[in-house]
Amino acid sequence: MTAALRVIAPGLMTTLQDLGRRGYQHLGVPVSGALDPVCLQAANLLAGNAPGMGALEIAYQGPTLAIEADSVRIAAAGGQAAIDIIGPDGGAGQRLAPFESARLTRGQTLRIGALSGSAILYLAVEGGFAVAPVMGSQSTLTRGGIGGFEGRALQAGDMLPLRQAAAPEREEVMLPALDLRPPARVRVVLGPQDDHFTQAGLATLLASPYTISRASDRMGMRLEGPTLEHSAKGYNIVSDGIAPGSVQVPGNGLPIVLLADRQTTGGYPKVATVISADLPALGRMTPGAKIAFAAVDIETAEAAARALALEIADLPSRMAPAARKHSIDVDKLLGENLISGAVDARADPRSEP
Amino acid sequence: MAIVEPVPAADQPCFLASGDTALIVEFGDRVDQRLSGLVVALAHRLEQAAIPGVVEMVPTFRSLMVHYDPVKLPQAELKRRLAPLLEGLEATGGIGRRWRIPACYHESLGVDLIEVAERMKLSPTEVIERHSATTFHVYMMGFLPGLPYLGGLPPEFGLPRRENPRIRVPKGAVAVAMSMTVIYPLESPGGWHILARTPVPLWDMGADPPALLDAGDKVMFEPIPLSRYEAMLAEAAAGRLRLLPEESPGSRSGSKRA
Repeated sequence: MTAALRVIAPGLMTTLQDLGRRGYQHLGVPVSGALDPVCLQAANLLAGNAPGMGALEIAYQGPTLAIEADSVRIAAAGGQAAIDIIGPDGGAGQRLAPFESARLTRGQTLRIGALSGSAILYLAVEGGFAVAPVMGSQSTLTRGGIGGFEGRALQAGDMLPLRQAAAPEREEVMLPALDLRPPARVRVVLGPQDDHFTQAGLATLLASPYTISRASDRMGMRLEGPTLEHSAKGYNIVSDGIAPGSVQVPGNGLPIVLLADRQTTGGYPKVATVISADLPALGRMTPGAKIAFAAVDIETAEAAARALALEIADLPSRMAPAARKHSIDVDKLLGENLISGAVDARADPRSEP
Repeated sequence: MAIVEPVPAADQPCFLASGDTALIVEFGDRVDQRLSGLVVALAHRLEQAAIPGVVEMVPTFRSLMVHYDPVKLPQAELKRRLAPLLEGLEATGGIGRRWRIPACYHESLGVDLIEVAERMKLSPTEVIERHSATTFHVYMMGFLPGLPYLGGLPPEFGLPRRENPRIRVPKGAVAVAMSMTVIYPLESPGGWHILARTPVPLWDMGADPPALLDAGDKVMFEPIPLSRYEAMLAEAAAGRLRLLPEESPGSRSGSKRA
């Protein structure tokens, strides 16, 4: 019998993502991949996988999935959500928290509710999904229908094939929840086309709070707020490359931060680029939230990138046995503050000015 | 035949940081085949150099974007490694492959041909003749997987984009604007003026690399009648149509840059 997760309800926008499709941008193929690679890697490590394996990226509202395998080990990492394991009889079972693993068996159903604290939650399964990589990656680019599960977001009725027919029994693990709070100011390196903006335009970018627009998606975060004044050089350039986090400003003067599904090249000037260490935090932010920017130099950006890499490399050593036995005492679990109790300020590179 | 020119001092490239994971090597700010030749030549050298930490590179009209991992390769070190590769860089015309791509300019497919001809004050036949007599240079791939930006048209093709972009431009559409040509590899929204359609797949997920063209290639369009187009389209649908580059000394066989 094939091992699979059957999609009962897909959630708002659930796609398979890994760390992205590298090596094809020169042919016009976007990188895609996890909006929050930190939590993707945490989910995989908890499920017993290599950190960069493909997992389900869940946005805003989680899916309901029936277990159609003898057993499967799962782990979720990201925003807070009610994660319920429902028995074959439909009765209420365990409630899981993000950042811990659990073994589910045939006939059970996994139901993930609405997210808070982050726009994104990753659900990893031990062994991963049996989906053939496209150009070296399982990531889904829905625009273009490339990769993932049939090139699209999940739909009710989908059967997501699993690589492993069963999950061996062993002690489950947990990870002290990561600090997913957005930084007070998202750090940028100015350029490459900051000379296409007036001094006043640059000052506006760095002084004003912006609101994340509902028109944002995996390609770009559109911002609402004061417009940036272009210099005499104007708002058209001869197209050049686009980096992760490029802050592109078209003729209307409103910045767009380009995210995972960004186009490979573009003809609007890029006033600044969000540093790589702050990009996962952007992926977690929701429409309506406020965002402000601060300029840093390249050395600061690189130090932050090294600090984040160390933090990710350190995740396995922070994993611990899930000592707490699951119970159906939902109220007690909800009463525990799972996120803020485990903040490690030392490891937070965003505390820098 | 390779066209070899040294880099004039005025065109010394500059580095532009695009955050901490991408560095732009910019040769200029205009659409120019010689600049593009320098970009492609640098991409070729960088590919050969295989610098640890360089993830991939994206040639554009006038610059090369180098994507890299700042944990393995800080920007200052990347610049140090790039400097010798820029020395004596020559814009070569001999790296790319040469292609002859069949295209049907029949008005049922080249739906904007008559309007374009009127705006250019030419007959449709003259537009077809000038378009198909042009040797195009592939400046870059972008916008969509496998979409080439082809330059080399005479200036009278300098039409702006359509005021009302189409929601659906069909796969294979050959379209012009701003003295450039693009070929849509997939059905997509688009705002350029459609002159023709090619039955040749520009993007084939089963092929490696999946894109037919690459920056630096040379392309000419070969007009074909509607009956030939339809026959070739049927071959393409059956997976039997895969265009090969023309044989020419010094041409690079389909190498994958990664």
